[in-house]
Amino acid sequence: MSKKARTSGQRTHWQMVAHDLKVNRTIYLLAIPMLVYYILFKYVPMYGVTLAFKEYKFLDGILGSPWATPWYKYFKQFVTGRWFVITVKNTFLLSLLDFIFGFPAPIIFALLLNEIRSTPFRRTVQTITYMPHFISVVVVCGMIVQFCATKGLFNSIISFFTGREGKNLLMQTSWFRPVYIGSGIWKGIGWNSILYIAAIHGIDQSQYEAAKIDGAGRFAQALFITIPCMAPTIIIKLIFRMGDMMSIGFEKVFLLQNDATLQVSEVISTYTYKTGLKGMKYSLSTAINLFDTIINLALLLTANALARKFSETSLF
Amino acid sequence: MAIKRTRGEKIFTVINTIFMLFLSFIMLYPLWHVLVASFSIPTRIMAHQGALLWPLGYSLEAYEAVFGHPMLFRSYMNTIIYVVLGSAINMFMTILGAYVLSRRNLYFKKYIMIIITITMFFSGGMIPNYLLVDALGLRDTMWALLLPGAIGTYNMIMMRTYFQQIPYDLEESAKIDGAGDLRILVQVILPLSAPILAVIGLYYGVGHWNSWFSAMIYLTDRTKFPIQLILREILIMGQFSELEDTAASTTWSAVEETLKYAIIIVATVPILCVYPFLQKYFDKGVLVGALKG
Repeated sequence: MSKKARTSGQRTHWQMVAHDLKVNRTIYLLAIPMLVYYILFKYVPMYGVTLAFKEYKFLDGILGSPWATPWYKYFKQFVTGRWFVITVKNTFLLSLLDFIFGFPAPIIFALLLNEIRSTPFRRTVQTITYMPHFISVVVVCGMIVQFCATKGLFNSIISFFTGREGKNLLMQTSWFRPVYIGSGIWKGIGWNSILYIAAIHGIDQSQYEAAKIDGAGRFAQALFITIPCMAPTIIIKLIFRMGDMMSIGFEKVFLLQNDATLQVSEVISTYTYKTGLKGMKYSLSTAINLFDTIINLALLLTANALARKFSETSLF
Repeated sequence: MAIKRTRGEKIFTVINTIFMLFLSFIMLYPLWHVLVASFSIPTRIMAHQGALLWPLGYSLEAYEAVFGHPMLFRSYMNTIIYVVLGSAINMFMTILGAYVLSRRNLYFKKYIMIIITITMFFSGGMIPNYLLVDALGLRDTMWALLLPGAIGTYNMIMMRTYFQQIPYDLEESAKIDGAGDLRILVQVILPLSAPILAVIGLYYGVGHWNSWFSAMIYLTDRTKFPIQLILREILIMGQFSELEDTAASTTWSAVEETLKYAIIIVATVPILCVYPFLQKYFDKGVLVGALKG
């Protein structure tokens, strides 16, 4: 706009702004709720991040509390503390395992489902696999707790095959990750496949016709048409998944963990919560949070740069 | 057109069909197990191990306990309030925001956009948010669950993208007819945006239905608890606070077992009855979301 104004040479910058405010006054009025929301609920807490560098005193509030000396006191406390290595390792490992097993699952499912020729059967399977997505996290974890119990469903299956008496699976460190990853796939495979199924639907049918004339079988069609056509979608998802590599959802981990499995189940987000709201160490908790935010931001920016380089889609 | 199938393809089709049936079974069985157990006789469930295909006897004890639970009904009602009121606030704020951001020729738009985008990547975190809610006097009120998440930035950007795709001519002709910006929103943009409104409304609704963490940190007054928090107490922590006083029977520990199953059914079945009908909206939503934000 400013360019336009300059070429017309009629108005100064401030006249233009005044004109804009007048012409678009309704719009700016409509923008007020949104701006108030963002400033109050997003930017005020951002200022609260300074807590990470302060000695928080309840009576003095964030503003009045004195600065910590040295300023990195609480970061040092976290990094040298005994939970640092454990939480960083667990966060990364859980995320990595979820990526290795959870990422390809919906893609493979979409490909296999596409090979089902009967439409009613395909739609039914699709609807059924969506179902777990609509069960709340609390209920899913509640079911997991029931099934993992000493006399629960999973243990009877295990003892059926091994003949050994089962122990509560959630109380064993070796089972936490498999249970977490497995239930994640169960809950997400159908829902996450929607995008890939849509990508397959978008493929030009004439390509298949041409391939059939050339004598390509169904395997060849899948390999040389379907998969290459899905590739852009997969790559985008892959890159952004990499940006999430150090963030693991709080809720499911928190609901499934217990004191017996903390060595493998304590992740940065659960530790932040326990330090802060349970342990009342506000400054330390905010420092851990900030550490986590910065790492995630760095990963996301890297992922975005990659997305921009290798495809036309990027977040910003 | 004759479809020629090789032997390998035929075998694949059979295996694939079996695999799909198996997958459907894996998806459905846990819920079936829960359903069947919830109707079984509590003491027999206690003694039973392994898979269940059919109820062990027939008993409604668990459901009587569930419906007799004073907090459960209360929290169910609370959740309905959170879902309805929360989604209404969400939609109001999101529509206004998306509309503002979809306008052309808005001098300050790029600054507003920067303000919003930054919040997608950087946030204050748990403690600063908690202190803010506390300072605003929202702690232990229902507003603590309704206001802090009033706008989902990603949802708003999705909606803005949709608004931008509406042909500009329509607005232009409305403007010539003398419509102001507010009337354009209500009479031109919104009627043409039903799919995105449905999708985002559903996202918000499901979000409120599933939410429990904010309630856990902000609420201490049990009469304001949403159902998910009560479910967490019962299913994850094995606490039956209000129930234990009322039920003093000797078979109580057995009823506790089936009660958990019954409560899962009560909390899940309403949604499961509805979602197949909403499926097309969600399918659409994923596609809209797949467009560049």
